[in-house]
Amino acid sequence: METLIALVTGTMVAVGVYLLLQRDLVRKIIGVVVLSNSIHLLIFAMGRMTRASSPLIPPGQKYPPEGIANPLSQALILTAIVIGFGLLAFSLVLIYRLYQSRGTVDADAIIEATLGDE
Amino acid sequence: MGLLFVVFSGFLLALVAPWLTPHTGRAAGWLYGLLPAAITGVLASFLGRIAAGGTMQQSYTWVPGLDVNLSFYLDGLSLLFALLISGIGTLIFVYAGAYLRGHHHLGRFFSYLSMFMAAMLGLVLADNLITFYIFFELTSFASFVLIGFNHDEAPSRRAAWQALLVTKAGGLALLVGFVLMQQATGTFQISALLESGDLLREHRFYLPIVLLLLAGAFTKSAQFPFYFWLPNAMEAPTPVSAYLHSATMVKAGIYVLARFHPVLAGTDLWMWTVGGIGAATMLLSAWLALQYTDMKAILAYTTIMALGLLTMLLGLGTEVAVEAAMVFVLVHAFYKAALFMAAGAIDHEVHVRDVTKLRGLWQRMPLTGAAAGLAAVSMAGLPPFFGFVGKELVYKAATAFAPAPAVVTGASVLANVALVAAAGLLLLRPFRGSVNEITEAAHRPAPGLWFGPVVLAVGSVGLGLAPWLLDHAVLGPSAGAVLGATVEPHLALWHGLTLELGLSALTVAGGVAAYLSWTALHTSAPFQQLERWLGTGLDHGYDHVVDGLLAMGRWQTRLLQNGVLRRYLSTVLVATIGLVAGAFYHYGFFGGPIAVGEVTAYEWILSLLAVGGAVGTLFFRERISLITSLGVSGFSIALLFLTFGAPDLAKTQFLIETLTVILVVLILTGVSQVEGSLTPTQKVANGAVAVGTGAVVSGLVLAVLKLPFENPMGEYYAQKTYVEGQGRNIVNTILVDFRALDTLGEITVLLAAGFGIYALLRLGTAPDPNAENDPAPEDASPQSEPIESSAPEQTPQQVS
Repeated sequence: METLIALVTGTMVAVGVYLLLQRDLVRKIIGVVVLSNSIHLLIFAMGRMTRASSPLIPPGQKYPPEGIANPLSQALILTAIVIGFGLLAFSLVLIYRLYQSRGTVDADAIIEATLGDE
Repeated sequence: MGLLFVVFSGFLLALVAPWLTPHTGRAAGWLYGLLPAAITGVLASFLGRIAAGGTMQQSYTWVPGLDVNLSFYLDGLSLLFALLISGIGTLIFVYAGAYLRGHHHLGRFFSYLSMFMAAMLGLVLADNLITFYIFFELTSFASFVLIGFNHDEAPSRRAAWQALLVTKAGGLALLVGFVLMQQATGTFQISALLESGDLLREHRFYLPIVLLLLAGAFTKSAQFPFYFWLPNAMEAPTPVSAYLHSATMVKAGIYVLARFHPVLAGTDLWMWTVGGIGAATMLLSAWLALQYTDMKAILAYTTIMALGLLTMLLGLGTEVAVEAAMVFVLVHAFYKAALFMAAGAIDHEVHVRDVTKLRGLWQRMPLTGAAAGLAAVSMAGLPPFFGFVGKELVYKAATAFAPAPAVVTGASVLANVALVAAAGLLLLRPFRGSVNEITEAAHRPAPGLWFGPVVLAVGSVGLGLAPWLLDHAVLGPSAGAVLGATVEPHLALWHGLTLELGLSALTVAGGVAAYLSWTALHTSAPFQQLERWLGTGLDHGYDHVVDGLLAMGRWQTRLLQNGVLRRYLSTVLVATIGLVAGAFYHYGFFGGPIAVGEVTAYEWILSLLAVGGAVGTLFFRERISLITSLGVSGFSIALLFLTFGAPDLAKTQFLIETLTVILVVLILTGVSQVEGSLTPTQKVANGAVAVGTGAVVSGLVLAVLKLPFENPMGEYYAQKTYVEGQGRNIVNTILVDFRALDTLGEITVLLAAGFGIYALLRLGTAPDPNAENDPAPEDASPQSEPIESSAPEQTPQQVS
């Protein structure tokens, strides 16, 4: 299964990078989202995947049963998801403001206009 | 102790001079002159020991791990140069006090001057290549501030910059050469290195070492084609010119050549490069000197001539040539410092330095005139002056140079002919005849202004009459140190009727003829053309080089810092792909079957949906379809998490994905489409970068998956979650208990992002009603997210 996820991750990274290389800032942002999703999967695969039970300790016991899913990679991904969302929200608003002041979200057009101002 | 005082007392004076000077009144020069005088005294007390064949060493540990030590070494060569630096320095300090009397930055001037002197002394006494280099660069810096002392004048600033850039470029070459020397011999210690001559000459680094050291020496000592900075440096106040260009700064390059002569000379490469460049510089600059009418410009070019002569002699490398070089170092320092100071005294009195405009100064400044006269005659090389002794020795070295005696002798005689004419220009033109409207304003200069020239002029005569005084005390040890052998020189004023005497007579006759026909000479077309090419021409060449460098910097900045995110990203990614792929290739990842393993049908479906949704974002143009496609991918990943025992991740991903879609729809539906698109070529290039990155990431994951899996930390948390954390959800306990501080940091980041969003929306223009609603859910939801999922589970545990 990890092998499949490795290929899924690679494809999604390629998509994310291609979107990041666009002129359209909105597509760049979408690229960031795709890229972070793929990286979450990457960490998940690196921590090995198992269809066994969740990392929970059953009531009345002190230790988890054998063969639970790896809790460490899950904790890392959880943090990454939340931080990624903060980044996304901030970038979206930044682009929105940029659109308000420049009238476009075309990165190249904005750079040309900025260099022209100097 | 003695050597430490010699090197560091000047730096101490540099520190206190700015505060001390307002209290010294008119005596600043005489007072500060006591320091170099004391240094001279200390150095002179070593004369006997050095003459007896001894050396002195002193070392202080600095960076022992790198073999870099603050170590000093005194032998005949360094003693000669150190005595010149402190001895001439004494006279210059006295002179500067009078020349710049009342200048509002006099304290600063003395600070620079004594820093410069200390750096020069450190340079000639250094026994460690790195220490040597540091003092070398300190002299460059000190001369920069001295040349640019009149910093409110543009030509001064330009000259200072030019001197700094040229000598620093050479200094860097020198540093590389030193490092190569250390690589070849295994030591930075100069006195130890001087024993490894055969090793160095045979070493494969020999050629680069010689070329790099010569680059440093030739820029510092103003050899062709780098000499253009020296005449420009005449923008400095005259005491600076007198000091830098008679005995110190420009002699540093000569010192480099002499210091490393024992280990680098003796090959054809050295002989022809050093000898040839030196001879060319000598000949060109001697005749260029006659193209100018400014006294300081004439002196500048004759200085270059002297440096060329010294370089040539060190290139010839025979015993008599080295002796001639050592004598000429002294000869030149004496007459050149005296002449500079005399020119400065004239400038100080009448504010004119043009030899065609000055007349009859003899009547107004007899002492200065007498000193200048003696110095000029020494420069012309007439008996019984010290200059004559030096020139005879030069001719002797030239005629005895076996490979090409005629060429060297011819060049030396021709250069000296021009020197005689230049001496005539400097002496006869300004002082002879009766005063004119310019010079009648001159009055008798202050004692400080004539003291130095008179001392040096008397010295020129004294050493001319009794040159044998130098044989044992100075000349033998210094020439011996350059040759790496013991020598017993015998200087004399009169050698009998020799070939050299005949050449001297010829030189004087030629010089007189050149002087008499000077007006015709310096207006003649070929000579003016020479000046246009090699005088101002080289200077303009420097401008072109600097402009070219700046243009290249602009071009490079435009190329690398173009502001286009796409290009930065592509550069980084292509480099990463190259490095990772290279590592794969090197360590042999490729090959070996890739088995997908056991995968259920719904896992296939979810994986394909995750990929398909992502790929879909590439094709949809409408914003809303784009976002929908993105959502499909995100929710599929959430379901994948759920399948593989990660319900917390799935829950978070569901919530965040929902919020993302809502947020993107709210904010971006109003944002218009982008009209412009990339060219097909750009699309293909981007596609290649994207596919390459994806392949590399896949490859990395597959490579990691081949490794055995160990998870001690995950295991640790799993075992301790209930025992120490009182929790049952291991993931949540890690987040809020074991790594609670990290989570706090994460919340802080989100809070900062929330504030940032709020500020952005409030800033400037009136907030859009659409956007006003957004900050609240953004702020609240992500923060509450981890807490929300863990809090309900912890509460009952704490109860139980």
